[in-house]
This record gives sequence, C-alpha cells and structure tokens, in this order.
Amino acid sequence: MRRAENDRTFDRAPNLLASRRRFATGMDKKIMTGPILEVCNLVKQYGTVTAVSDVSFRVPEGMCFGLLGPNGAGKTTTIEIMEGILSATAGEVRYRGEPLGRQFREEAGILFQKTALQDFLTVRQCLTMFRGLYDRGLEVEELIKVCALEKLAGRDNRKLSGGQQQRLLLAIALVNDPALIFLDEPTTGLDPQARRNFWELIQSIKARRKTVILTTHYMEEAELLCDEIAIMDNGKIIAQGTPRELLNQHFADVLLELPRHEFPDSARHLPLTVIEASDSVEITTNDLDATLRTLMDARVPLQNLRIRPPNLEDLFLELTGKALRA
Amino acid sequence: MIRRLVSVWHARNLEFVRDRSTLLFTLVMPVMLIVGMSFVFGGQERPLFKVGVLSAAPLDKSAHPFLHERFVDFVPIASESDGLHKVTHQQIDLLLDLPHRGVAAGARASANAGTGENGGGDASAGAGADADAGDAQGPPRYWVNTDSPKGYIVEKLLLASAPTAKRERVTGTATRYIDWLFPGILGMNMMFSCLFGVGYVVLRYRKNGFLKRLHATPLTAFEFLSAQVLSRLCLILFVTVLLYIGIASIIHFHSAGSLLLLFVLAVLASLSMIALGLTIAARFASEELVAGLLNLLTWPMMLLSGIWFSLEGSPQWVQWLASIFPLTHLLEASRAIMLDGAGVAQIVPDLIYLGVTAVAFLVFGAWSFRWRIE
Repeated sequence: MRRAENDRTFDRAPNLLASRRRFATGMDKKIMTGPILEVCNLVKQYGTVTAVSDVSFRVPEGMCFGLLGPNGAGKTTTIEIMEGILSATAGEVRYRGEPLGRQFREEAGILFQKTALQDFLTVRQCLTMFRGLYDRGLEVEELIKVCALEKLAGRDNRKLSGGQQQRLLLAIALVNDPALIFLDEPTTGLDPQARRNFWELIQSIKARRKTVILTTHYMEEAELLCDEIAIMDNGKIIAQGTPRELLNQHFADVLLELPRHEFPDSARHLPLTVIEASDSVEITTNDLDATLRTLMDARVPLQNLRIRPPNLEDLFLELTGKALRA
Repeated sequence: MIRRLVSVWHARNLEFVRDRSTLLFTLVMPVMLIVGMSFVFGGQERPLFKVGVLSAAPLDKSAHPFLHERFVDFVPIASESDGLHKVTHQQIDLLLDLPHRGVAAGARASANAGTGENGGGDASAGAGADADAGDAQGPPRYWVNTDSPKGYIVEKLLLASAPTAKRERVTGTATRYIDWLFPGILGMNMMFSCLFGVGYVVLRYRKNGFLKRLHATPLTAFEFLSAQVLSRLCLILFVTVLLYIGIASIIHFHSAGSLLLLFVLAVLASLSMIALGLTIAARFASEELVAGLLNLLTWPMMLLSGIWFSLEGSPQWVQWLASIFPLTHLLEASRAIMLDGAGVAQIVPDLIYLGVTAVAFLVFGAWSFRWRIE
C-alpha cells in the first residue's frame, strides 16, 4: 500500500512538472547531426555460441533508439558492448567517431537491468556518491526533484519499491547530465502505474534532446518512446526503421484476432494468412470484407472477433514466429 | 520432507562440484595444510621449552646431561647480550652458559688455540659427558626471566640436572608475557580485519553487480581499490588505537618507544595487508574460493609470524618464510618500539618492506582486477 502511494506521489508532486520543464528546456539544445554512436560489425562469441553476429547500426544524436527482441536474442549483450562493459570478439563501437574511452564514460549514463547499490546508503547519499565520480553533472537536489525522489531522499535505498528503485537508478544514470543514455529494460517488473510514470520521465529526458538507447520487452513502450527501432533475433538485426515504416513494410491494413479454441481445424485450410499465437489466431488482410465472408462461409464463430491495426508485437511474430516475451 | 531436503542437497552439490576453481581449491587446501603442518611441526617431538645456550658453534649434546632433556629445544646463542635480550623478551625461557663450552669459552679457546670447534677447543671437551664433568670446570651459569611461567619450570628441570648451577642476575627490565603478547594481539586483529574485511566487500560488490555499475563510470580500478584501502585503513586505525588504549590501561602497559612511530608503523602494515587482501579478491567471484585463499594466507601468518610464540630456534626456512609475511615485520617492529624503545633507525627495514609491499600489492591488485566475471 505504502509503495503504491509513494509511486503515485510521482504524479502528484506540485513542483514536479515545473522541475521537469526546467530539466527539459534549460539545457543544451543540440541539433540532430551525425551519429553519436556507431556499431560496426559487432560479434560476440561465448565458446561456440555466437550471441551477437555481425551487427551494425548507427544512432543519430538526439534520437530514442529501441533495441527489441525476445530473451536470448542478443540485445543485452549488444547493449553491454555498446556501454563498454563487455568486450567484443570482433567489430567495434565508436562514440562521436572515436573508440569508447574516457570521454564516453564521462558523457554516457547507464541504467542496467539489475543494479545493487551500497547497503545502508540513503537515496541522497547514493546520488552524492555517483555525482562525485564525474567531472560535470547535475546538482543532487535537482536530480531528486526531476526523478520525484524528494520524499525518499533520506530513505535507505534497499527499502524502496520497484518503481522507486528504478527512479533512483535513472537519477544515477542522469547524474553526469549525459549526452547518451542507455536504458536496459527499465520498466521490467514494474506495475502499470509505475511504468507509465517512468515513461513520462523518459519523455522528459527525450525533450532535452538527449540520445536514448532503450531495450524493452514492451511494445507499447517502444512505440511510445522510440523514434527508430532495431529488432534482434538469434544475434542478428532482422528489421530496422521507425515503428511506422516497419509496420507499413510488413503488414496490410488490418489484423483480425480470434480465440484459438473458436478457430476450427477445418478453417486452417482456408486461403488466409494465419499466425497462431499461444491463445489466439491472428489473420492479416488488406481486404476485410472478403476475409470476413470467407470466415462466415466456413462457419467460424465471429462473436469474439477483434479487428485492430497491427502493432510491433505482431511484427515480431511475423518476422520470427516467436512472441517477444518468450 | 526428505525429498525436498534431497533435492536441495543435490542442487547444492551440483553447484559446488561445477564451481571448478572452488572444488579444486577445496581438494588442494587440505593437502597443502597437511604438507605445511608436517614441515613446520612434524618430525621430532615438539619441545615445550626453549633454552638458549651460549655457543658460537653448533651444540654438542654431550657437553652436559641437561642438554639431553626431552621437550626442551636448545638453541645456540652467539652472545650473552643477545641471549639476555631474548630472555627478557620471553623469546627463550632460559639462557645457559656451560663453562668452557659456551661462547665465552669458545671465544677464549679461539683466541688461545685458534679453534672453537665442537663446542669448545680444550682437551676436556670430549671427556665430560656428565654433570660432574661440567661441574668440574665450574658450575653452569644461567639467566631466567622470573616473570615467565615456562622459565620457572625449565629452571627446575635445569637444577635437577645441575644442582650447583648458578643463577645470574638478569640485567634490564624483564618483559611480562602479556607485554610480549600485546603487539601480537593487536597485529592479529589488524590482519583479520585487513584481509577479510576488504576481500569479502569487494567480492560482494562484484556478485551483486555494484562493481559493474561502477565500471560504467569514469572510475578506474586503481581509484576504486585505493578508496577501499583507505576506507578500511581508517577503520582499522581507529579500532586499533581504541584497542591499544583499552588493553594498555587494563594491563598497565606503557610503550617504551614513540607512539607516533608506532602509528606510522600501523599505517604501513595495514596498507600492506589490506592491499594483500585486495589481490585475492581482485578477480574471483566465488565466496568459497576467496575464503579458502584468505585462510591460506591467515593461517600461516597466525602460526609463523610470532603472534603467540617466538620462532627462535625454528628451522631457517621457516624463519625465511615468516619474514615474507607483512605481519612478521609489523610484530617485530612494534615489539622493538613498544618493548625496547626502538627508534626509526632500528625499524627502517621493516618500514621499507611494508611500504614496498603495500605499493606492490596494490599495483598487482589493480592490474589483475576484474569489474565483473564474464
């Protein structure tokens, strides 16, 4: 109960919006130029297993770039090489045209999937400690306001809820006022309310024209936040572009969704494009009338039929045959 | 219940067996302990008492029946002043001078006849293998620390073999055993705090991902390790000063030498031992392996650095091995300061050794440090 209440304070804080506005507008206004980060022919092998296979892409400055894929696709390995945490077997990552070095560490902010902090330290003490590691950055009190941590500043970091903990880790990632921010599955495990609060925070970071590299399992998160996405599977990038471009490339206009148990075996032989998910059957079509007629002729019950536009989850199913959270 | 217990037991066994480094160490450690203990303590019966015998040459056991006593370790000592220092500092339980066989006699013989071989150079050396023979050339003289319980007992043993032996006055202040032990207790506490405190903290940081997070900042391994060393150093110095004040007031101990010099020594020794602990924790992620390696360091240090007893008379290689440990240098130098009032000049080799090892361990630790295990 207390956790939920604290998470909600995020939205209720009266000075929060003003803080975020200051955060979003008062800083450097960099113009989108060349790539801030280039990934060139990246390969990572663990023994005989190839986790990342010849991956290349560029991230322009000021963009929110999403790296999507199911568990084991190689996205965390890729992002950790990009963060300079893991070494690549082959290939390289360049920050502002240079190999990763001191400048990159000073100008990059990172939020890992899981990070433990030092025991017994309060939220403010954690931020102060990390602030001390950088030559330049934001004031601790400003970070506390931006990430809505005012009421938690004196609390032991181990006694924070999941959402509060993620806000603290985001504040730590912002402590050096980074030009480039890595967010590795930042909302995994958060409840819907905390997740939406977190998205709002990320949008305020985007508004500062910071470059964000995001990995996520949540397609709505990617669609909402990302300007461009790359979808990975089996260590390779299998599609890349803006969410709209990719959907337009791979899908016709609409998608019909039926409960699996209401889709008879006899209907599987119909001339339709059918994708079977775990509990539903999805049919893509650019001629809705004709498809509906075909289904009715085959006496498929349509009481629970849902018609919706395709989303990134559908795109992933289309491309790999796997659910994104598999 | 049994099924659940077996399931967990089996899973834990698999975890242990598949952690190859720990498994290997667990198998090797007992063997190393057995071999080490057999070297240090094996062979002859362990003596209970240590008696210094003034002699410039290896001892001739036939010189006096007392030299045949069991459970007494007879150690040749070159000079009377050296022997007296060891008696007063409880490094030996009793100092014995057998007439015409000790160093004085040996020196006299060397001066007169150019030989001091085999425990003396005079004609009577080979004749007397009993008490009478010794007494025939005058009674043995001995020095004993009257504050030493072991000295009291070994004196009784001597007088049983040589009733006419003459006790000489021990010059200088006799050191109580507790005074001799005091630096050892402080040093042992420092050693454990240095090695285990830092080792486990770094290991925990590595396992819970905190090191990985730090790796993503401009912080270098050397900076991180130095911060750990300094943090632990402050803690250890605070605790050690507190312990010193507390224990010294209880046992009414007053250091003969400079407390400032003692503090400097404690700083260097702590730095050396903390940095040694960091070299162990620099790259491993297994608690069991790190615990084993730290035990491998602390056990020999505890046994061989002279915390509980002096290594006087131990085999040369044991003394050489002991001289590698930072704790040995800490204890030798701190006893010199606290008991003898030694100044910088007397302990400068120990200070240099501790300083050099501190830097060397820290540099090695930073070089071999791993933020995370891939």
